[in-house]
Amino acid sequence: MNSLAQRLRDGHALPVLAIVAVLIAVWYLGAIWLNSQRIIDLYEADEDMKGKWTTSDLIRDTLSMNRPVLPAPDQVVMELDRSVLEVAPTSNRSLLYHAWVTLSAALVGFGLGALLGIALAVAIVHVKTLERALMPWVIASQTIPILAIAPMIIVVLGSIGFVGLMPKAFISAYLCFFPVTIGMVKGLTSPEPLQLDLIRTYSANEGQIFRKLRWPASFAFLFPSLKIAVALAVVGAIVGELPTGAAAGLGARLLAGSYYGQTVQIWSALVLASLVAGLSVAAVGWAERITMRRMGGRA
Amino acid sequence: MKFRRGDIVLAVTVLAGAAALFLPLGGAGLWPRADMLLWIAALIVAALPALDYLARPIAAFLALLGAVMAGAALYGLIGAGARGVHAYGLWLGVIVLVVLSWRAMALSAALAAANKSNLLHLAAPILLGVWTIFMWQVLTVGFDIPRVLLPPPSDIAASMVASSRDLALDFVQTFIRAMIPGYLIGCGAGFIVGVLVDRVPFLQRGLLPLGNLVSALPIVAVAPIMVMWFGFDWQSKAAVVVIMTFFPMLVSTIAGLAALSRMELDLMRTYAATYGQTLWKARLQAAMPFIFNALKINSTLALIGAIVAEFFGTPVVGMGFRISTEVGRMNISMVWATIVVAAVAGSAAYGALALMERTVTFWHPSLRKVA
Repeated sequence: MNSLAQRLRDGHALPVLAIVAVLIAVWYLGAIWLNSQRIIDLYEADEDMKGKWTTSDLIRDTLSMNRPVLPAPDQVVMELDRSVLEVAPTSNRSLLYHAWVTLSAALVGFGLGALLGIALAVAIVHVKTLERALMPWVIASQTIPILAIAPMIIVVLGSIGFVGLMPKAFISAYLCFFPVTIGMVKGLTSPEPLQLDLIRTYSANEGQIFRKLRWPASFAFLFPSLKIAVALAVVGAIVGELPTGAAAGLGARLLAGSYYGQTVQIWSALVLASLVAGLSVAAVGWAERITMRRMGGRA
Repeated sequence: MKFRRGDIVLAVTVLAGAAALFLPLGGAGLWPRADMLLWIAALIVAALPALDYLARPIAAFLALLGAVMAGAALYGLIGAGARGVHAYGLWLGVIVLVVLSWRAMALSAALAAANKSNLLHLAAPILLGVWTIFMWQVLTVGFDIPRVLLPPPSDIAASMVASSRDLALDFVQTFIRAMIPGYLIGCGAGFIVGVLVDRVPFLQRGLLPLGNLVSALPIVAVAPIMVMWFGFDWQSKAAVVVIMTFFPMLVSTIAGLAALSRMELDLMRTYAATYGQTLWKARLQAAMPFIFNALKINSTLALIGAIVAEFFGTPVVGMGFRISTEVGRMNISMVWATIVVAAVAGSAAYGALALMERTVTFWHPSLRKVA
C-alpha cells in the first residue's frame, strides 16, 4: 500500500486529475458568470420574477440555458449522449456519423501523406542534388500557413467533379507529408559513420544499406513524426469541411452550430473532435510500442 | 576516350533538342527565327560542360546559362502561340529543359558541396524554385489549363499588382491587428505560467501531460466559439491565436526550465545564488532554445489560427475573408495572391525569429561553427 501511496504522490495521475478537476470547476464558474447577464436581463423583464430571484435560481438557470454563451460541462455531456448513443450511428443526426466522415477523410489523407512523405525522404537521402535543392523548400514550407489553401482545394477539386472524401483527404495528405519527410530524412541519415563503414566492409550495396541499416534506424524518428502528422490530418479534414457548406463531418457541424448559435452543438463537436484526434495519436503511439518491441527496442 | 553516363544523357538530350526544331508546334506553325537561334545557342552552351578541361565553376555557370537560355526560347515559343497536346516540338523542348536544368542543379549543388560559400548553397534551391514557377507557367499556358483550376504565375502576379491595396489592408487586418497581439499575449502568458508552474512540482507534473495532449487537439475548432464571444472583428481572431499559442509555449517553457543538469544548479548554489539569480542567469538561458522552438512553431500556428478563424465570420477585410469570398467567386488567381502574401509573411516571421535565436542562443552546439 505504501508503494501505491508513493506512486500516487510521485506519479502523473494525481496531479493530472487534480488539474482536470480544477478546470471543470472553473468551467462551471465561467458558465455561471458568462451566462448570468442574459438570465438577469430575462428576470428583470419578467413581472413575476423582478427583484425576487435568488442566487440559486440564477445558478440553476445559467447552467440549463438553451443557447448559453458557455454551456456547462454536463450539458455538453448530455448533448454528446443524445447525439452519440441515442441515435443510430448511420443517421446524419448522429455525431458519431459526422466523426466517422471526418476521421475517414483524415485517415485516407494520413495514409497518402505518410507514403508520399516517406517516398520523398528516400529520394532526398539517395539523390544528393535533391537534398541540396529540395530540402530547403521542404523546411521553408513548414513556415507557410498551408491550411489557408484548404477552401481553394475543396472548391477547385469540386469544380472538376471531385467531391466528398477525396478533396479533404488531399488537404490532410498535404499537411501530413512535411513532418513525415523531415522526420524520415533525419531518421534515414541517423546511422553513424561508424555503422555505415561497418556495413560497407561487408560490401553491402546501396539497396542493402537501405534495407538493413537506414530503414530500421529511421523508425525511431518516423513514429514521432507520424503522431504529429495524424493530429494534423484531423485538423486538415475538419478545416476542409468548413468552406462551401459541406453537409457532413465535424467541421460542418461546427459551421452549422456557429450559423444558428447552437453553442451546445459546437462544444459537443469540439469535444468529439478532440477525442478523435487524441485517439488517433494514441493509436499511432500504440503501433509504435508494438513495432519497437518487435524490433527489439526498449520502448 | 571513355564515355560517362552523364555525357551520354547529355548527348541524347542535345539530339532530342535538335529534333524538337523539326516537330510541329500546335498553333504556332514553325519555330520563330529568334527562338530557334536562341534554342540552338542554348543547346551548344549547355553541351560545353561535357568537355573535361573546363574548370568546375565555369562548367556549372555554362550549364546554368544554357538552361536559362533554353527556358527563354521556350517562353518565346509559348508567346508565339504554341499550344495544346499536339505541340510536340514544345513538349520535347520542355523535356530537354528538364534534363538541362537538372544538370545545372546537380553541377551547382556539387560545387556548393565542395565550397563553403553561403551564396553557392542557395544556388540550387533558388534554381529549383525558379524552375518550378517556370514549369508552372509553361504547363498551364501550354496545355490551356482553365484559369479556375490553376492560374499561371503571371496571372497571380497581375492580381497582386492590381489588388495590392486590398492585399495590404488584408495583411494589416489579419497579421498586424489579429495575429501579432494574439501571438504576444499567448506566448507571453504561456511563458509566465510556465515559470510560475515551475515553482510547484505538483502542478508541473500535472500540466506537462495535459499540455502535450492539448497540443495534439484540433484547437482551431474553437474559432466559432471565439467569434461568438468576441464578435466578428480582430479580437476574436486574436483570442483563437492566444489559445493556439499558449500550450506549446507552456510545455516548452516547463521543459526548458528543466534542461539544466544537477551540476550547473549545484554550481549556482555554491555561488549562493538566490532563486531569482539562478532563474535569470542560468535556467532561463538554458531554456532559450526550447522557448525559441515554441516561438517558431507558434508563428506558423498563429497565422493559421488567424486565417482559419476568419472563415467563421469577419468584417469585409482580412486574408481568411479574402480567400473564402474569392474562392466563392471563382477568382482563383486572387486566392493565390493572398496565399503568396501569407506565405511571405509567415516565412518572414519565421526567419526573423530564427535570426533572433541565433543572437540569443549563440552558445548552443547546433549554432556553433566547427573551427
